[in-house]
Amino acid sequence: MIALEFPPINEILRWKDLFPSFNKIALIAVAAALIGSIIFLLAGNKDPMKAPKGVRNLAETLVEFIENGIVMQTMGRDGLGWTPFLLSMFTFIYLCNVPGIIPFLQMPATARIAIPMFLSLLVWVVFICTGFKHQGIGYLKSSLFPPGVPKALYILVTPIEFISTFLVRPFSLTVRLFANMLAGHILLVTFALLSEALFQAKGNPALIPMGVLPLFMLIFLTGFEVLVAFLQAYIFTILTAVYIGGAAHPEH
Amino acid sequence: MEALSALVAELTGDEQKAASAASSAGFAYGLAAIGPGIGIGYLVGKSVEAMARQPEAAGMVRTTMFLGIAFTEALALIGFVVFILIGL
Repeated sequence: MIALEFPPINEILRWKDLFPSFNKIALIAVAAALIGSIIFLLAGNKDPMKAPKGVRNLAETLVEFIENGIVMQTMGRDGLGWTPFLLSMFTFIYLCNVPGIIPFLQMPATARIAIPMFLSLLVWVVFICTGFKHQGIGYLKSSLFPPGVPKALYILVTPIEFISTFLVRPFSLTVRLFANMLAGHILLVTFALLSEALFQAKGNPALIPMGVLPLFMLIFLTGFEVLVAFLQAYIFTILTAVYIGGAAHPEH
Repeated sequence: MEALSALVAELTGDEQKAASAASSAGFAYGLAAIGPGIGIGYLVGKSVEAMARQPEAAGMVRTTMFLGIAFTEALALIGFVVFILIGL
């Protein structure tokens, strides 16, 4: 039979430092920030009077997607001022996710918890500040004491609302992005290792053609990861929009 | 079952710990995936039903569907993180 040793988790997630305290993950994150900025800077310098093409077309599609697909659906017309924030967030997360399937990079930067955690702490600060800015101290009242609940139930409802709004939200945002990308990465590693082990199986030549099966699965999963990279960026952005929208306008 | 426990009894302390961690990691993820699996299936099924009944509301239903999926899926993902933490 063949011996297949799954490498320890550190081996598939850690990279040697390119130079001190700067590894491939940091490189991907920096590249994602730069590429995102460059796309929009280039697009912004194009003449807005001509018909858009090339990079401006891409940028306009993205802006339109954020406006119509995310802001208008969750915050309505008042939220359009948030488009730049949400757009940069979406672009950055997507560009961090997509190296998971790009050959030779093969690692989503969001599969390490640092970037998702920082982004969700940012979102946490932003939505709490928005709440205080729009409602003053009444934000605490409207989020901790939701209207339409019998008085006696507040003993139960207030702690639950506190935990779910102020503690669980940043945690679940972090874990959702991080765990999805990590799971995808581990799946790809698993099937790549399986097909490698089968193709190199010694002693039993009948096993070698079997290596095609995990290879097909690998190709299928790579296609699936294209979808997941987009979907996770979309879900992170839409949840941000929902949280900010909910903080700006209390439920009546 | 008896053979298994006899096998486990032969292991040293550290090996026993590793063996029980490995098996409980599997249980942690497997159990965590049941609820969200049913939940997401139900959620998407109902959303498709709603979109088929009222195609003009499809955009709104789709947004809400993704939100619901995101919240439901979080439980399974926490299970996955637990699996990583204790299993690997």
